Amino acid sequence: MREKANTAAGGAVTADAAAGAAASASDVTGRARIGSDLPTPAPSQNVETAGFWKATTEGRLLFTRCDACAQPTWYPREFCPHCGTLDVTWEEAAGTGTVHSFTIVRRGALGPYAGGPPYVLAYVELDEGVRLMTNIVEVDEADLRIGLPVRVVFHDTGDGSALPRFQPAA
Amino acid sequence: MSIRGEAMIAGAFEHPLRRIPDISIPRLHAEVAAGALADAGLTFADVDAYFCAGDAPGFGPLSMADYMGLTNLRYVDSTDIGGSSYVAHIGHAAAAIAAGKCEVALVTLGGLPLQGPPFSAVNNPDNPEYAFENVFGTTTPAMYALAAQRHMHEYGTTAQQLAEVKVAASLHAQHNPNALLQKPVTVEDVLNSPYIADPLHRLDCCVITDGGGAVVVVSPAVAKRLERQSVTVLGHGEAPKTAAGGRIDLTHTGAVWSGPKAFAEAGVTHADIDYASIYDSFTITVIESIEDLGFCEKGQGGAFVASGALRAPDGGLPFNTDGGGLCNNHPVNRGGMTKVLEAVRQLRGEAHAAVQVPDCDIALAHGTGGSLGTRMGSATLILGREA
Repeated sequence: MREKANTAAGGAVTADAAAGAAASASDVTGRARIGSDLPTPAPSQNVETAGFWKATTEGRLLFTRCDACAQPTWYPREFCPHCGTLDVTWEEAAGTGTVHSFTIVRRGALGPYAGGPPYVLAYVELDEGVRLMTNIVEVDEADLRIGLPVRVVFHDTGDGSALPRFQPAA
Repeated sequence: MSIRGEAMIAGAFEHPLRRIPDISIPRLHAEVAAGALADAGLTFADVDAYFCAGDAPGFGPLSMADYMGLTNLRYVDSTDIGGSSYVAHIGHAAAAIAAGKCEVALVTLGGLPLQGPPFSAVNNPDNPEYAFENVFGTTTPAMYALAAQRHMHEYGTTAQQLAEVKVAASLHAQHNPNALLQKPVTVEDVLNSPYIADPLHRLDCCVITDGGGAVVVVSPAVAKRLERQSVTVLGHGEAPKTAAGGRIDLTHTGAVWSGPKAFAEAGVTHADIDYASIYDSFTITVIESIEDLGFCEKGQGGAFVASGALRAPDGGLPFNTDGGGLCNNHPVNRGGMTKVLEAVRQLRGEAHAAVQVPDCDIALAHGTGGSLGTRMGSATLILGREA
């Protein structure tokens, strides 16, 4: 796959990955925090997405942008659903955005999430413009709101991938 | 070509039970098929078209056609757009009949989610979106909660307004002896029920039931030979809505496209709709759908329902008089079939007397499938009383 480096933000995102992992284990604010100990199920990968997931292990969040119409796409894919072009370029996101919508899943969690504590499922709008499904972690329930600035953290699945989750940017 | 008046629903059947521990899923499909065919005055030998979705076990329509002995099939369709499938199937059947492909189309739904996890097209790791969504712990209520949260944010919709949808459904369900939940509830009851996924409470969510239903769609020529009162298919529209490559829009549904198609084909206006079955997997599903179908201004769905408009028989838009998915039945997590069935009852004048809309001439049935606002199915059907 072709990838265009985002040198401006790449280093910062990598640093956030390490910070996020450390914070999960050692938060001591005492306020009602959500998302400090989420399961990290490994996503299924294929030839189209393997590069994306490898980048997550390096603390980089990639998306695809169309070579023809220049529109960004999420979830990333080697096809442009906006204009039907087969040629796209993988780019690195800055890793910052805002909460577009959120919910706290309190009952009915499935699979590895079943039986665990409540967690936040959210759509985050990246600064690049796409909205993606994720979890908001290390957040006080009272602080959760649409529009909350967030930044990416990466939670290692132990299987050659890391889940891009988000925590309050401040 | 239009399907207006080119096909009739001649038979309809809803399984009376809501928990069925002693039946197989194929047998359940056969039972509801037999019920709908008997209602029409037809037999399995008369069926020349068969429609089913992902709840039908096996290899698309082939396994169930084999099980039921449908040896005269000349047309099949296994379109699966979640709970909206069965609304779409009737439109597809009407088009096939209008084109002369078949004359007697059977549509079945059946499943047993209380006996074990049902087939789920959503939770399949091979789906291209799975690795980017499901790994974060998606659930169906959570997907709809995300839409509700955003609708509240954009339009000021309140939890009390959402709750009124459930209240209206419960007032109707008290008259349905087969409904799973027959006790009327209040707005406070809804708000006091535990959160499933904020802002949706338990009573904002539909029931989970075993069960099923079937309809038989026939040509006008076949209908003319039958004694039973038929219902005329006037118009149909369907429109899947995608996640738009990341331009996710949670507050509009595919009804913005399926609704106008159905109204245009039927040649009727909103004022002509006497009764509406509106897919009610969750209370927010109803509010977004009635806005997008054009029964009120976008964003005003909350105020519209809070006015009591959904309450039969006197509200401006009496809905789901069987109690809907919120109280009556949501077989195998797919509510499109039961939406059609109650619309047929209303047009035949066979709804419960307490909720029967007087002189019900034109009804709408709307189905939603999958998620809300994103990666969803929408199908709208407009039906008329037999002339």
